[in-house]
Amino acid sequence: MSVPIRKFDAVIVGAGGAGLRAAIQLSEAGLRTAVLSKVFPTRSHTVAAQGGVAASLGNSEEDHWHWHMYDTIKGSDWLGDQDAIEFMCRKANEVVIELEHYGMPFDRTDSGKIYQRPFGGHMSNFGEKPVRRSCAAADRTGHAMLHAMYQRNVKANTQFFIEWMALDLIRDDAGDVVGVTAMEMESGEVYIFHAKAVLFATGGAGRIYYSSTNAFINTGDGAGMAARAGVPLEDMEFWQFHPTGVAGAGVLITEGVRGEGGILRNADGERFMERYAPNAKDLASRDVVSRAMVTEINEGRGCGPNKDHVMLDITHLDPATIMKRLPGIREIGIQFAGVDAIKEPLPVVPTCHYQMGGIPTNYHGEVVMPKNGNPSEPVPGFYAAGECACASVHGANRLGTNSLLDLLVFGKSSGESMVEFIKTQPAAHKPLPANAADYSLSRLNRLETQTGGTAVGATRLAMQRTMQAHCGVFRFKHMLEEGVSKITEIEQQVASTEIKDKSKVFNTARLEALELDNLIEVAKATMVSANARTESRGAHVRDDAIDSPEFPDGRDDANWLKHTLWYREGNKLDYKPVNMKPLTVDTIALKKRAY
Amino acid sequence: MDSANDQQVSPGRLLWHCRRGLLELDLILQRFIEHHLESLTTDQRAELFELLHYDDITLLAIVSGREQCEETRLKGMVDLLRAA
Repeated sequence: MSVPIRKFDAVIVGAGGAGLRAAIQLSEAGLRTAVLSKVFPTRSHTVAAQGGVAASLGNSEEDHWHWHMYDTIKGSDWLGDQDAIEFMCRKANEVVIELEHYGMPFDRTDSGKIYQRPFGGHMSNFGEKPVRRSCAAADRTGHAMLHAMYQRNVKANTQFFIEWMALDLIRDDAGDVVGVTAMEMESGEVYIFHAKAVLFATGGAGRIYYSSTNAFINTGDGAGMAARAGVPLEDMEFWQFHPTGVAGAGVLITEGVRGEGGILRNADGERFMERYAPNAKDLASRDVVSRAMVTEINEGRGCGPNKDHVMLDITHLDPATIMKRLPGIREIGIQFAGVDAIKEPLPVVPTCHYQMGGIPTNYHGEVVMPKNGNPSEPVPGFYAAGECACASVHGANRLGTNSLLDLLVFGKSSGESMVEFIKTQPAAHKPLPANAADYSLSRLNRLETQTGGTAVGATRLAMQRTMQAHCGVFRFKHMLEEGVSKITEIEQQVASTEIKDKSKVFNTARLEALELDNLIEVAKATMVSANARTESRGAHVRDDAIDSPEFPDGRDDANWLKHTLWYREGNKLDYKPVNMKPLTVDTIALKKRAY
Repeated sequence: MDSANDQQVSPGRLLWHCRRGLLELDLILQRFIEHHLESLTTDQRAELFELLHYDDITLLAIVSGREQCEETRLKGMVDLLRAA
C-alpha cells in the first residue's frame, strides 16, 4: 500500500517545552522543521508547571552553578550522570536569559532583574542553607513559557502539524533513524515523515498509574515508539509521587492542608500516622507519609469499596478557618471527589507526578544505547529531550524546578546537535527502507479487524490499577513479583484490543487504543525494572531493602550504582554505569542523602 | 485555525479538543461530555468548541467561576459546564 511521504530536514514529535525549544534552534538555522503534536502546542502538559525554572542567576543572593549541580546530584541520590548535570546547571542562566529575550514575562525585582524564590532541595554553598534559585512567571510559568516559545517558532517558520499522532519510528537496515509514521486525526490517513534527524519530545507517561497528576495526553508515546523500535528505556523504575492526590482523580491537595490540621485516617477512622511518626504525625516528610498510607492500604485498612485509598479529614476544623486559609480545598473536593471537605473527609492516595527515566540520551540530546562494547553509542539521526528522555539529570529523584530547566537545556542542546548532524549529511535524505510504513499499517489493520477482543478503557484501567497497587510509591518484593506476571497478562489483552467505531475522522477510540499500545510498554518497563532493583534509592523505595550504616536508607552502591536498561524484546534488562565524572570539576562523592 | 464557523463540529473533534494540558480540565470536560454530548444542539456544540479555544489557564478559571468569560454569548455554555 502506498503511503504519502512528507520530507523535512528535521521532524520533532511533541510540542511541549522541549519540542518547541528544539524547533527554535532548527528553524532559526534555516532548516525545514516539522513539529507534530496531538494537541495545540500551548495545550501541552508543560502548561501545568507552576513552580518555576532553576538557574543560579544570583539575582537575590549569592549563587553558583556548582552549588546547583551539587543539589541536583544529591537529589538524584547519585544516580544522575555528573557530566549531564554539570552541563545542565552551567547552561541554566543562558537558557533563562534567552527565554526572557523571547518575551517570557518573568516576575521581577524592584531593580528590574528576574525575581527568584526558594524551592525545596535548592541550597547555597553545597547544602548549607536554602537559596533563591527559581525564576517564575507568577503561578503560570509553564503556560508563559509555551506561549513565548510558540510565538518564536511561528516567527521562525516552523511548520506545525497539529492534531497529528506519531505512530512508529522508522529505522533503516543500519539502525539509523530516517523518519516516523504519523496519523492525521482529521482524516485518519497515515503519512511517512521522512527526515534527516528525528527528535522525540513527547513528555511523560504518568497515565500508567491509576492516580496521576498527569493530563490524559501523557501516554508515553515516544517511549512506546522507541521501545517498539528496539531502543531500550532507562531507569524506568523511578517515578516521583506526591502523598495526597484526590483518589480516582489525581488532582493534588497541597501539603498546607495537613499544615492547617488535616488528619489522615484509615477505614477504621484511626489517625494512623500516630503509629508511624509519633511526633510529626501527619506532618512527617512526604516519603514517610506516603509509605504509611500504602502500608495501611496493603494491610486491608484502606477505604472505599476497593479499599484503595485513605481519608484526609478536616471536618474538625472551623469552617471559617478552612475558607480563609485553604480556599481552594473545598472547590477541589466538590469538583473532583464529590465531597464537601467541611462536612466529609476527602479520599486521597499517593499520586504519580513525574517520570525520571526515559529514552536514554547523552547531554547532547543524542539517543544512545549499548553497541559494540560501548554502553552509550549514539543512534544516528535519533534525539530525545524533556520528560520522555533520560539524560540522566534527575537520576532517582528530581528536584522541583529542574524539569523546566531540563526541557530548556536539552531542548536546545538536542536542537543544536541536530543542526550539526544535518550539516554533515549529504543533500539527499538517506533512503527510506522498503515498506517503511508497513509496521504501523499492520498495527492499524489489527485494530480494524480485531473481533472478540478486549475493551480499551477497561484494559487501561486494569493496567493502571495494577501499577498503582504493585509498583506505587512504596514497593514490596511479593507485590512486584506478582505485578510482573499481572502486567504480562494485561499486555496480552492490550495486543487484542477491539474498537467498535471504525470511522476515519477524529476517531478517539482508535487514538486511545494506539495510546494504550504506548502506555503498556512503559508499564512493563517500570514493573520489570523495579522488580529487579533490590535496593532503595531516591523514589524507588522497597520494604525489603535493609537500612544499615553500610546501606543508608537501603541504598546499595556496591551493587546498584548503575542505570537500568529495559528492552521490549523478551523483557530483557541490561545495566550501564553511572557517569561519575563531571566535565570540568571534581566528582561529587557518594554520601548518604539527608536533608 | 479551525473555528466553529468553518465546519460542522463533529463529536470526535469536540471530544479531542477536550484533551487538555491540565488534568483538572480533562476531568471536568470528560464528565461534561459523558453526560451532555448527546443532548447538545448544533449551536451548543459550536459554542463549546469556541470555548475550548481558550488557553487552559483561562478556561479553568472560567469553568471554576473565578473568572468571567469575556464573550457574553457563551454564558449559557459556561453555566452548563459549571453545573456539570
